[in-house]
Amino acid sequence: MSQRKKRSRGLGQLLIPLVAMGLLLIFNLFRDPGFFSIGIATNNSGNAVLTGNLISIIDSASELAVISMGMTLVTAACGGQDISVGAVGAISGAVFAKVLLGFGSITGATVVLGFILSVLATILFKLFNGTLVAVFRIQPMIATLILYSCGRSIAYWINGDATPQLNSPILSAMGMTIPGIPIPTPIFAVIIVGALMALIFRLTTTRLYIQSVGINQGAARLNGINPVAMKLLSFALLGVCVAVAAVIGVSRLGQLNHKTLLVDIEMDAILAVAIGGNNLGGGRFRLSGSILGAYIIQMLTTTLYAMSVAPVNVKTYKAIVIIIIVVAGSPVVKAKLTALLNRLCYAGLPSSAHKGVN
Amino acid sequence: MTRPVNPVRRREPLTDAQLLMTISICIFVVMYALAMLLLGGGFLKTQQLFDILNDNAYLIIIACGLTIVMIGGGINISVGGVISLTVMACALFLNGCGIQSPALTFIATLLLALGIGLAFGLLQGFLISYLDIQPFIVTLAGMFLARGLTTMLSVNPVKVSNSGFQAIIKTKIEIPWLGYVAKNGNLIPARLETGAVIALCVVALVYLMLRYARAGRHIYALGGNSQSALMLGINVRRTKMLSYVLSGLLSGLAGFVFLMHKPAGNASVAMRSEMDAIAASIIGGTLLTGGVGNVIGTFFGVMILATIQKIIGLSGLNDSWWQDMANGAMLGFFILLQSVVLFVRGKGGPKLPWLKKEKPRQS
Repeated sequence: MSQRKKRSRGLGQLLIPLVAMGLLLIFNLFRDPGFFSIGIATNNSGNAVLTGNLISIIDSASELAVISMGMTLVTAACGGQDISVGAVGAISGAVFAKVLLGFGSITGATVVLGFILSVLATILFKLFNGTLVAVFRIQPMIATLILYSCGRSIAYWINGDATPQLNSPILSAMGMTIPGIPIPTPIFAVIIVGALMALIFRLTTTRLYIQSVGINQGAARLNGINPVAMKLLSFALLGVCVAVAAVIGVSRLGQLNHKTLLVDIEMDAILAVAIGGNNLGGGRFRLSGSILGAYIIQMLTTTLYAMSVAPVNVKTYKAIVIIIIVVAGSPVVKAKLTALLNRLCYAGLPSSAHKGVN
Repeated sequence: MTRPVNPVRRREPLTDAQLLMTISICIFVVMYALAMLLLGGGFLKTQQLFDILNDNAYLIIIACGLTIVMIGGGINISVGGVISLTVMACALFLNGCGIQSPALTFIATLLLALGIGLAFGLLQGFLISYLDIQPFIVTLAGMFLARGLTTMLSVNPVKVSNSGFQAIIKTKIEIPWLGYVAKNGNLIPARLETGAVIALCVVALVYLMLRYARAGRHIYALGGNSQSALMLGINVRRTKMLSYVLSGLLSGLAGFVFLMHKPAGNASVAMRSEMDAIAASIIGGTLLTGGVGNVIGTFFGVMILATIQKIIGLSGLNDSWWQDMANGAMLGFFILLQSVVLFVRGKGGPKLPWLKKEKPRQS
C-alpha cells in the first residue's frame, strides 16, 4: 500500500496539469483537426521554417517557460513570489541592447558579451531582491514590489527614450530560426536551460537544500544548511532565467521596447507555477510541472485566438479556465473526489474497508 | 516587567503597528511642511490638500480594503480590475437607463457598484477560504476576469451623459473659511468632493470596525496565527471570507467614487492601482504576514504616495519615470525602516549583522 501511495504522489502533482492539457488537446481535436497540422513554409529571409499552431505554442511560450522555471525555485525556497521579473527583464534587455549599440556592430562576439553582461546585471538586481528577502526577512512579494514599480524606469534610464532597432542576421537567428534548421531557436533555449537545471538538481544536493529551506527554515539551519545562501542562489538562478528570456524577447522583435518587453509575464509565470501543482507556500517543487503550466497557458491563449476570440476578451476566458484548474487542484475538492471515488468503488463493503484503503 | 507602575496613569507602550503608523504620519507631516516651505504656491492653500484627497479618494478606499485582507494574512490583487469593471458597468447603466432624477441615479448606481464588488468578494472569498486555494492565484484570476469583462462590455471609452448623475458630480462641499482670495478679489472656497468625504468615512468606519467590532478582532487573530485563532473558537473560514467580502465591497464603492471623480468608463481605469494600494498599506505599517496593521496608517500611506506625485509634478519633473523611481525609493525606504524598527524592538525582525551585538530591548 505504501508503494502505491508513493507512486501516486510522484504523479499526483502532474495529474491535474496533464489532464488539463489533454482536455485542451481533445477540445481542439473536436473543434478543428487542422489545429494540429504542421507545415513547412519559407519566411522572409528565405529559410524553411515549421509552421502550425503547435509549433507557435511551443515557440511563443519559451520566455514564459524559462522564467517559470526560475520562479519555481524562488517560490520553493522563499515561500513567496517575485513580481518584478517583467520589470527586471526590461532592464536585462536594456543592458543587452546598450552593449550592442555601444559597439556599433552586431557580431557573434558582441552578442555573447552583451548576453554575459546582461546576465550579470540581472543577477545583481535579483540579488538585491534576494538580500531583502533572505537577510532582511521581508516578504518576497513586498521586497520585489520595489523593482516592480521602478524597474521599467531604470530600463528607460539605461537606454534613453528611444526604442532602439537591432537588425542583424545573428539576432534574427536567435529570436526566430537558424538558417537550415526549421525549428524555432527559442525552443532550443528552453531545452538548454531546462537541461542545465536538471543537471544541477541531479548532480548536486541543491534540490534537497532548497526544499528543506522552503519547508522549515529553522530545521534546515540546524541541519547545517545556510538558508540565506539557498535563497540568494534561487534568486540568482531566477536572474539567469530572466536574462535568457529577455534576450529571446529582444531578438525575437529585433528591437527593445522597455514598456512592452516581457510585460505582465510575472503574473503568467506565477500562474504557471501554480497550475504545475507547486505549492506557492514553498517546499517541494517540480520544474516539469511549471514548464507544463507555461505551455498550458500559451495553448489556452492560442486556442482562444484560433476560435477568433477578440484579443481584448481573451483574459475573461483565461480567468475562467484558470479558476476551473485551480478548483480541480484544490486540496478540499481533491479530498471530496477521493472520498466519492472510494464510496463508489467499495459501495457494498463495511466502513472499515474504506479506512483500509485510505 | 519591573517598570515602576504609576497607579494613576499607566502608559501602555506603543505597539509595532502604532509605532510604524506614527513614523509614517511624521514623515507625511514633515514632507508636506517641506513642500510648503520649498515649493510654496499651491501647497500653501488648503485646496491642494483637498485636491490630493479628491484625486485619491478611490485609492484610499481600496487601500482600506487591502489593509483588512492583509491583516487577515491574505492578499487581494483584483481590486483595480473590479474598479474598472464597476466604472464601465455603471457608465453603461447610466447612459442606458432612463432615470434622470439625481437621488434615484445615485442610489441605483451605488447599488450596482456595490453588487459587482460583493459578487467578486463572495466568489473569491469562497474559493480562498472554503476551497483552500492560494489567495494570490484566485485574486489574480479575479483581476483577469474583471479586466476581461470590462473590455467585453465596451472596448471604447464610455462617457457618462446622464443629467441626474452630472448634477450629483457637481455637488461639492465648499468650506469658505479654508478658501483663498483670488487675484480679482473673489473668495474661492476650498472644495471637497463627495467621494473624498465617502473615503474619509470609510477610513473611520473601518478603523472602528477593526478596533471595536468582534469581527475586526477576529481578523487580527486570524492573521496573527490562524491555528490559535481556530483553537480559540473563532470561525476561521468565515472570518477569512468576511475579509474578502469587505474588500470586494470596498472595491465596488471605490469604483463608484472613481466614477464620480472622472465620469467616464475606460478599459485602462485604475491600472496598477492594486500595487499602489499594497504599497500604501505597507508604508502605513501593515505587515503582509498578517496580524499587524492599522487603517489610519494606510490613509497616511496613500497621502504620502500622492504628495510625492504632486511634488514631482510641481517641480517640473512631470514624468512618469521620476514618479516610478520616487515610488520605488520610498517603498524601499519604508520596508527597510520597518525591518530595522521591528528588529530593534526585538520581535522576530531580521538579524542584521551590524546590529548583532545589541541586545533586544524588552518592551
